[in-house]
Amino acid sequence: MKFLRKKLDAVAPLFEKGGKFEKYYPLYEAGDSFMFSSAHRTQSGPHVRDVIDLKRMMTMVVIALMPTLLWAMFNHGYQTQLANSSYGLTADMAITPGIICDSLWMGLLKFLPIYIVTVVAGGTIEAIFSVVRKHEINEGFLVTSMLFPLIVPASIPLWQVAVGIMFGTLIGKEVFGGTGMNILNPALTGRLFLFIAYPAQISGDVWNIYPSVESGLQVDGHTGATALAEFYTNGAAALNDMNWMDSFLGLTGGSFAETSTLACLIGAVILIATGIGSWRIMLSTLLGMIGMTLLLNFFAPPEVLPDGSLVEHHYMFIDWTWHLVVGGFAFGTVFMATDPVSAAQTDTGKWIYGAMIGILTIIVRVLNPAYPEGMMIAIIFMNIFAPTIDYYVVKANITRREKRLGIQ
Amino acid sequence: MNTENKDVLFGPIHLKNPITLQVLGICSALAVTSKLETALVMSGALTAVLISSNVVISMLRNKIPSSIRVITQLAIIASLVIVADQVMKAYLFDVSKQLTVFVGLIITNCIVMGRAEAFAMANPPGKSALDGLGNSIGYAAILIFVGFFRELLGSGTLMDKQVLGDWYQPNGLMVMSPGAFFLIGLLIWAQRAYSSELNENE
Repeated sequence: MKFLRKKLDAVAPLFEKGGKFEKYYPLYEAGDSFMFSSAHRTQSGPHVRDVIDLKRMMTMVVIALMPTLLWAMFNHGYQTQLANSSYGLTADMAITPGIICDSLWMGLLKFLPIYIVTVVAGGTIEAIFSVVRKHEINEGFLVTSMLFPLIVPASIPLWQVAVGIMFGTLIGKEVFGGTGMNILNPALTGRLFLFIAYPAQISGDVWNIYPSVESGLQVDGHTGATALAEFYTNGAAALNDMNWMDSFLGLTGGSFAETSTLACLIGAVILIATGIGSWRIMLSTLLGMIGMTLLLNFFAPPEVLPDGSLVEHHYMFIDWTWHLVVGGFAFGTVFMATDPVSAAQTDTGKWIYGAMIGILTIIVRVLNPAYPEGMMIAIIFMNIFAPTIDYYVVKANITRREKRLGIQ
Repeated sequence: MNTENKDVLFGPIHLKNPITLQVLGICSALAVTSKLETALVMSGALTAVLISSNVVISMLRNKIPSSIRVITQLAIIASLVIVADQVMKAYLFDVSKQLTVFVGLIITNCIVMGRAEAFAMANPPGKSALDGLGNSIGYAAILIFVGFFRELLGSGTLMDKQVLGDWYQPNGLMVMSPGAFFLIGLLIWAQRAYSSELNENE
């Protein structure tokens, strides 16, 4: 580390005021403060003293994402091998250490290009704006660039990854003024853009597995419907072929990170324990989802067979334990809805905001005929309403206190 | 041409653009710009209506009682729009069908009403014609810009001819109206970044 510090100090004068590359100071600063804690001191009051700054906070989110990331890579490789075995190319699919290593390696080969493209494409936009606006490169992008590759399907073309993250960074964040000013979650904005612009690749009902050539497998691709698409076409009847534990652990098809609820739960524990993610939002999203599902369960129409007997085949019969483990619900609740910038800020507001996300997700999933998955749409939608919710919560508080004082 | 007339003619193209700065005529700018051809025809129709309505209203400006001036302006504009609509149905039937109600809706286009009320009622016919032409060019410039990019990115074609090869995958967002919102928004951003005098003081 000493060596690095010396090197950085040696080039520092070039980037400081009056130096040759003065314009590019944000680039130098980003590299410097990524590796070392910032020497920057607040110039004037108020001085808030905390051991944790924005950069460490974002790093903590990345750490919380690690279980999901590892699982995403493993599961991608595992699904690929599973697809191969279903074509008779590999004989045995019992989970052995060998299979786990193979799977992780195959997943890494698939995930890494997507991640690199995300960082380069989005980072370029971020760097241009930092230089033009003369501020430091914000660490928020570290998390955005980690979240974005995790919410796309493995089969996505790399150019779409680049277009998506550039749109997300530009329209989702920079037009509002950069980190801390955005009203939408940048990673989700990028995904929503891809979802609307190129529905064929990311529509959410089909997941393709493309084994990497390096692994020596011969199948070009395998297409499988995700659980939500199965629910969508077959309703509750689809549950007959599904295993809840598989969905909970994440041994199913889907976008990189959305499959494993368990990994998201570990992330949730880390975020709540460190006080970075809001437990209010996570809990209220869960409660909203459960409440809406119970309501639908209550009103679900049974199908009448010709012989007069009733079968419970409608989508509305699927209970909340399933909604919890399929699709992007867990990942969205833990990592997307809790985004401290785009979520509601007041405590009461967080309850309303989270509950509405849960309710809307189920409405879109079950009742909307167009999209199988509703988590992304629900979060973006509530991001837009978050400032309004806060406004009314604050106003209600003022009115209540005025009443107490007898002013009103 | 003196500077005042120059300002009347060229002002609305950039610094007083009816769409990006006054935010008028947005409805048609979003609705008819999914293809370049419809954008061009719409621009032509609006140019014809705007110039002639400005001239007619300007010639009658001293005869119109101010208490009923809006309904008089509307009657004149509506007659002109009907003429434009009929001409298009006669000579450009296919495009006219694609434009659906939006030709008829020129009547309610805020640019036409706005120029009549704000300019033609107070200026002589020659100058009003220049003003109509300037505003039409400002409107057409935005429509053509948006139509060009929406058709190019959304379908890979221009004037219904394949421009981008098979490698290009059409962007579905651009075909939808929100695509026009994004393009106009980016254009407003670029315009204000270029001319800082357009920024509101905070």
